[in-house]
Amino acid sequence: MDDYNDTAVITSEGLQCLIEALLNRSYQVVGPQIRDQAIVYDTLTDIDQLPQGWSDEQDGGHYRLRPRADGAYFGYAVGPHSWKRFLYPPHQSLWQANKDGDRLYFKDERPDPPRFAFLGVRACELNAIAIQDRVFMGDAYSDPDYQARREGTFIVALNCSEAGGTCFCASMACGPEVKTGFDLALTELLNEGPHRFLVESGSPAGLEVMAELPRRNTTRADLQAAWAVVENTRRSMGRTMPDTDIPALLLDNLTHPRWDDVAQRCLSCANCTMVCPTCFCSTVEDSSDLAGTTAERHRRWDSCFTADFSYLHGGSVRQSTRSRYRQWMTHKLATWVEQFGSSGCVGCGRCITWCPVGIDLTEEVRAIHDTSPKGKGEAR
Amino acid sequence: MKDIAQLVGEHPFFQGLDPSFCQLVCGCARNVRFEPGEYLFHEGGDADQLYLIRHGRVALEIAVPGKWSLSFQTLQDGDLVGVSWAVPPYHWAYDARAIELTRAIAVDARCLRQKCDADPALGYEVLQRLLPILISRLQATRLQILDVYGDRDQ
Amino acid sequence: MPPPDFMMPMPVKVMQRRQELATTWTLDVETGPDELAAFTPGQFNMLYVFGVGEIPVSFSGDPAGRDRHCFTVRAVGPVSRALTELPIAASLGKRGPYGTGWPLAAAEGADLALIAGGLGLAPLRPVLYHVLRYRQRYGRITLLYGTRSPSDILFRDELDGWRRRQDLEVRVTVDHAGSEWPGQVGVVPALVPTLGFDASNTVAFLCGPEVMMRLTASALLDAGLAPAGIYLSMERNMKCALGHCGHCQFGGVFVCKDGPVLPYPRLRGLLSLQEL
Repeated sequence: MDDYNDTAVITSEGLQCLIEALLNRSYQVVGPQIRDQAIVYDTLTDIDQLPQGWSDEQDGGHYRLRPRADGAYFGYAVGPHSWKRFLYPPHQSLWQANKDGDRLYFKDERPDPPRFAFLGVRACELNAIAIQDRVFMGDAYSDPDYQARREGTFIVALNCSEAGGTCFCASMACGPEVKTGFDLALTELLNEGPHRFLVESGSPAGLEVMAELPRRNTTRADLQAAWAVVENTRRSMGRTMPDTDIPALLLDNLTHPRWDDVAQRCLSCANCTMVCPTCFCSTVEDSSDLAGTTAERHRRWDSCFTADFSYLHGGSVRQSTRSRYRQWMTHKLATWVEQFGSSGCVGCGRCITWCPVGIDLTEEVRAIHDTSPKGKGEAR
Repeated sequence: MKDIAQLVGEHPFFQGLDPSFCQLVCGCARNVRFEPGEYLFHEGGDADQLYLIRHGRVALEIAVPGKWSLSFQTLQDGDLVGVSWAVPPYHWAYDARAIELTRAIAVDARCLRQKCDADPALGYEVLQRLLPILISRLQATRLQILDVYGDRDQ
Repeated sequence: MPPPDFMMPMPVKVMQRRQELATTWTLDVETGPDELAAFTPGQFNMLYVFGVGEIPVSFSGDPAGRDRHCFTVRAVGPVSRALTELPIAASLGKRGPYGTGWPLAAAEGADLALIAGGLGLAPLRPVLYHVLRYRQRYGRITLLYGTRSPSDILFRDELDGWRRRQDLEVRVTVDHAGSEWPGQVGVVPALVPTLGFDASNTVAFLCGPEVMMRLTASALLDAGLAPAGIYLSMERNMKCALGHCGHCQFGGVFVCKDGPVLPYPRLRGLLSLQEL
């Protein structure tokens, strides 16, 4: 066991103290809260802003908040936001160019990156962050802004006490238990005793913050209760990804008729890519002032579902929805492995919930598997 | 100097042909030469000859009103000029013009067709040699239609 | 020290510009700092025109030159058009070099088949400069160049010079021509079987429109070349050139950093798939 690893039990007052300890360290604390009838992530300063007593109901193309009686602070699954919007903002100014006669000057326009403390990062999301780390900092071309934001971030992770209707992290080996990549990890305990949180430290910074919290020592019963929470979540996954060699399955079936079938339903709306915590595609936009002396370059999230994403002098390489859906899914589940050493899917289920027509990638994989000439019978 | 049988037998089109067949073909063949600019044949004319280039270069062209003739293929040493002699009504579909001094073997197409009709085994040999040329020209035409080097916008 | 920002261009000036074809120009631009002067033939830069945008453009000049970089650009979109219109002394933004180059060291000792189509001659021109400088390191060298028509032949004077050399075999062909054209008319793949390559000892570098490269690669395989001895320079939409924006993906390949020069075995199975 590492020497910064410690556990303790805190109450909801302790949770408030945690937020304050982080604020005192000049972190912008970002956590879940209700907005527009969904649970989203935004800055907060008080536990009263947390979605206490709320849960969510999720299915393909379906998301509803519903109250819960037990007063849980984290009794919901993931919402439409993921942490990538803080580490890799949807819109970002990159630089400004100034023209003075024949001369050109470039000026960095990225503001100093904020220091975030994320509160309530689930196992799937920790995995998603680790995946984006490999994309943006995995080789010599590290993105300096992402790297600065990432290195400055304090992570309070959360063991899931509730699996959503579209969750399948267990079958992607990405949850529900947080294992690594956090400063502190919480497990919300509602049974066998008063409402409380088991806290575990995962870094020296985490240990230091934890030391400031009003706490009591952990008992065997607390640890057992925490274990039971995770086990219960593991057993209540709403979805399951077929247990098969998915990269080989998809890459062997790039002309499978199922792509035509899904293209009949897919609206090419890009929702799945926007809510996905690992989708990283972006584009750049250039603008200039009317005087023609200042120009700017911005970066914004892009999606492989748009027509001009693959534009190559004269036309798009991927004209059809069929080819764009295939690009998205084969990248996510297959070619990602060859590029970054892991699947690009963490099983969070957002793409299923937020798809306006409820396309379910686990179902699409299963359909290809079950009807593939190269598939081996029924997927489990 | 090589005799016609040697020249026919050495030309890639007839290379490896059974000697008895070769003899039949030679009975229809003669040596010809074309000066630069001289036409081997014109579009619409009777396709009563086929030419096997020994040395030189021949352009296949289509005349476009208001423009110069458009060359869509050049043929050189070892190539066969003309395929219309094989299919009724035996009319040339384009012009063939020597762009260099060109020496060739001209084969009387009527003569060859008669011999092929008389001996289907020879006919099959000739068709087997003709077919790959037709296919490769078809594939080349396909690539030309794509105009791969052109601007896609224009 | 903060990590470098690879998205930030460097201002450089146009030193010279030459019209190559009706809509194609070559710009000589400053290299910027010395450490950015060197490149491997086949690599590219991202070129930014003030207020218009940025596109990838391959190096087309001599890799041994240290005072300037050459970029040959055809005006097909807003950025490329703006690039071709930049006057001498104008500034543009440049970042790079990026991507993989042609495997010139690995090909030493082998025969080289350099096969270009259209503007694809530009990214192969640095290869010619290199192999002619180190001519003794390579076996037989053949340049097969196909383009649309005689008026679309790029670097015509240089081609004439190369054609006169005894140690280089140059074949130029066009898709169609007027009757004044004394040269060859025919498509590139059809000429491959006529070149008499020593299949066991030939490495082929292909650069041109994807269809032309695909069919030429097939013709080379039919001629007996090993798949691993065939290299293609691929092209896809690019925004970052760093493997971050996702646009250039071709199957699992990031054309910007795994390519643009890729060995055929990496592309086999992908090239014939529609809309990949």
